[in-house]
Amino acid sequence: MSRNLKKVTESQLWRSIFRHKFSDTPRNRVLTVVSNFFLHLHPPKVHTRGLKIRHTFCLGGLTFYMFIVETITGVLLMFYYRPTIEYAYLDMRLLEHVVKFGPIMRNLHRWAAHAMVILVMMHMLRVFLTGSYKPPREFNWVIGVTLLVLTLLLSFTGYLLPWDQLSFWAITVGTRMGGATPFIGAEGPFHTALGIRPDNDVRYLLLGDTVVGENALLRFYVLHCILLPLAATVFLLVHFWRVRKDGGISHPL
Amino acid sequence: MEASEKKIDDGYEFVMPHLVIKELIAVIIASAGLLAWSLLANAPLLSIADPNKTENPAKAPWYFVGLQELLVYFDPWIAGVTIPTIIIVGLMLLPYLDVRKTGAGQYSFRPRMPEVIFFVFGFAMWIILILVGQFLRGPNWQFYWPWEDWSVAKSAEETLANMSSWMGIGFLILYFGVGFALPALLCKGLFRKMGSARYLTAIALVLLMYGVVVKIVLRLVFNIRYILTTPWFNI
Repeated sequence: MSRNLKKVTESQLWRSIFRHKFSDTPRNRVLTVVSNFFLHLHPPKVHTRGLKIRHTFCLGGLTFYMFIVETITGVLLMFYYRPTIEYAYLDMRLLEHVVKFGPIMRNLHRWAAHAMVILVMMHMLRVFLTGSYKPPREFNWVIGVTLLVLTLLLSFTGYLLPWDQLSFWAITVGTRMGGATPFIGAEGPFHTALGIRPDNDVRYLLLGDTVVGENALLRFYVLHCILLPLAATVFLLVHFWRVRKDGGISHPL
Repeated sequence: MEASEKKIDDGYEFVMPHLVIKELIAVIIASAGLLAWSLLANAPLLSIADPNKTENPAKAPWYFVGLQELLVYFDPWIAGVTIPTIIIVGLMLLPYLDVRKTGAGQYSFRPRMPEVIFFVFGFAMWIILILVGQFLRGPNWQFYWPWEDWSVAKSAEETLANMSSWMGIGFLILYFGVGFALPALLCKGLFRKMGSARYLTAIALVLLMYGVVVKIVLRLVFNIRYILTTPWFNI
């Protein structure tokens, strides 16, 4: 057995993938982290305080995990969903009754989205309470706030896609507020100053129409599946990179 | 040479395995919880969207219901646009306004009492508004306790009054005047320590946050609809 194992671990293929031995030495512990693409988000060593569960409650990491769950279940759902008024609701019903594992797929996507919003809020509270936004981490806090907004927008754009009464009226109510924007909303103060009407205001830009309809569904779909996830990914990468560059998980000076 | 034998106590630990194992456990627990939640509860799906059949009440997604709840007390341009914008900008400015080094990297309350109180107050307000909007508002956005029946209609009649122009202007000048002056007077050296730009921005944000509460109290206790009415907008 051990001879066979040795044969495998010393093969060219194995050594081309894993570039170090697995014996428990400090050098190998470091190499496990720095020679692995996924683990190299971490430094080789962390401050003991940063290891305490009670310091972070894993809130930021779990928010990121929810983002991964959303990406995986979201891509699976895209195979079964067409963003048009004729098919959107029908596809939801088919997902519920016909598609194998359809309900669990959709439930996971929905509840992980809620969990992500809750976790990102709690993460912000944790970072505040530990004073982790203080120098040199000021700008990473700003990126974090941007990620909070992106999380809310991701969730909001996804909310319309089932095209049922709940989603339709929630988005109608939510986007109506956009129409009240001063200067650039048709119902906001000072809208006449720029000649803003319901068919050229900021709400029209968002919905592609004066009401929530076909265009809004398509816009929210593209925002939800492409633009916002890409934006969130970029900001996430910068967020993680800066945690490293600003000295790792915060600890008292 | 075992890594554990050659332990150097420099306040740091190897990520592998000490951090990685904790992350793995956290992910397993989160996955199990998520799977259980998804097996036990189905995501909601009502009848197909019908623009001619208004839902009553029509609620925004829960994380925006707090803003929708503010619509009771403010015009849409304040509740739906101005307040969220100020919250986001205020949050982003936070590290540049709070420049005290105390309590960096650890939980601490007493040395950072004012900051923690302001932030937790705002955070709690956010949660409370969401809870009220989500669970205590029924048809026509009327207030219903959880044990009250939504089919029993509540009277929408309320007699609300506006403050007169002079009273409104006076009230705002008094609130912001006292608000801006008081911290500097009570806490000697605060203005000089923070600098004028930081002091004014920070106090303005805090005053606006408490101003939301003041407006809610004015409405609920004194039946005041607007503090200030102008031909273009009302506050």
